[in-house]
Amino acid sequence: MGEHALLVELADGTAAEAFHAELLRRRATGALPGVREVVPAARTVLLDGEAEPAALAAELPGWEPRPGHARVGEVVEVPVRYDGPDLAEVADRWEVSPAEAARIHSSAEFRVAFCGFAPGFGYLTGLGARYEVPRRATPRTAVPAGAVALAGPYTGVYPRSSPGGWQLIGTTDLVLWDTGREPAALLSPGTRVRFVPSDGPTGTGAGR
Amino acid sequence: MNDRAVAVVRAGALTTVQDLGRTGFAHLGVPRSGALDPAAARLVNRLVGNEEAAAVLETTVTGCALRPRTAVTVAVGGAPCPVRADGRPLPWGTAVRVPAGALLEVGPAVRGLRSYVAIGGGIAVDPVLGSRSTDLLSGLGPAPLADGAVLPLGAATAVRGSVDAPPWPGPPDELVLRVRLGPRDDWFTGRSLRTLTTRAYLVSPASNRIGLRLDGPALERARPGELPSEGMVLGAVQVPPDGRPVVFLADHPTTGGYPVVAVVREADLAAAAQAVPGTPVRFVTAP
Repeated sequence: MGEHALLVELADGTAAEAFHAELLRRRATGALPGVREVVPAARTVLLDGEAEPAALAAELPGWEPRPGHARVGEVVEVPVRYDGPDLAEVADRWEVSPAEAARIHSSAEFRVAFCGFAPGFGYLTGLGARYEVPRRATPRTAVPAGAVALAGPYTGVYPRSSPGGWQLIGTTDLVLWDTGREPAALLSPGTRVRFVPSDGPTGTGAGR
Repeated sequence: MNDRAVAVVRAGALTTVQDLGRTGFAHLGVPRSGALDPAAARLVNRLVGNEEAAAVLETTVTGCALRPRTAVTVAVGGAPCPVRADGRPLPWGTAVRVPAGALLEVGPAVRGLRSYVAIGGGIAVDPVLGSRSTDLLSGLGPAPLADGAVLPLGAATAVRGSVDAPPWPGPPDELVLRVRLGPRDDWFTGRSLRTLTTRAYLVSPASNRIGLRLDGPALERARPGELPSEGMVLGAVQVPPDGRPVVFLADHPTTGGYPVVAVVREADLAAAAQAVPGTPVRFVTAP
């Protein structure tokens, strides 16, 4: 991809996560010194800042990524009020009650497959294929910060107010992105996530 | 007053603080940002004795006016423009001394779009994730300049010796962008690829720090469907559903779901950032 980037396409999201993990392992040992950015996505991993992308590309078939994910750190718990305006519609698609939809969502363990769209916005996988939902036909012009939303196979949490076409199922007060904090992003590729049902104000941002 | 700061008297159409950008956070969705014409930003910094990576001001078309609270060394480069202190003309493209309290006027660009203003010591706003750059896509870094704002300056170092400054190449009458096809050229018809590399496009007035938008023949897809989101690079020529290519500049999103037909050489992007709307654009393939 251009003069000094390589876009590696994998068979599927699982293979992309395993390849990403392998890249991070190699990078941690000092390999890939020139690479400035490693950007996983739905089924690709981008390496940007590589002086000799063709040489690296030639080397890749010899790699044997171990199955698995980038990180097995702590689980980030995201408290959620399942009060989103699209919860009923999502429940209908799943052919369950809204309460059951919330139970299904909060029972799954998620993982950040990749980030994008806005700083701190993670694309979380973990719901089964039968729970995929389409984007809304008409995107909303303003989705509030903290909205917990679904689209395709992904769950995401809007880190700040922005336009968006995802189905809103809930709200969290957890601050996902804060450049004054280290690390700024609560969710980065590989992070494990659980959504914990909550009735009242949630998390550190409560009362703001 | 003798503090190290500069007051913004006239912010201009769009003046932002820029350094060489915010790298290493693309995996969190953080754009690289940074000066669109990095060679110009580095040069004006060298002229005033700053590190090349010091933060400068990037103006857009209409320049800006500043009032330093202390005597400062200033250099204006990038798009040529008139420079004055208290109405007195000063040379463009070289280090000049501006007294405390004087009105420094950076006039409208005579050619090109973006002038760069380096001040000895650099603009010392707090860095965010290692950079002082304003990122207009995601809102990181300082807000664009506003009339009345006050920007802190870092400690100036003496200008040492003369700076070997290559002449500014000037904005092109025709922008020639060397590209490498791919990674998603196979999403387009052969005829579209020939169109891209043989027909002329024009720089659209809708261009901004995120991308150089182009008017011209639409590129036709060879296949329907959606591309799953994938990582994007500087210079990526992304083709949205309307078929008109967009060349990604510094504030580009880190991932995207429209296919990238080709990638422009990084060395050609400064000229792209200085090309005024209506400039003819040609893409040529280069290894």
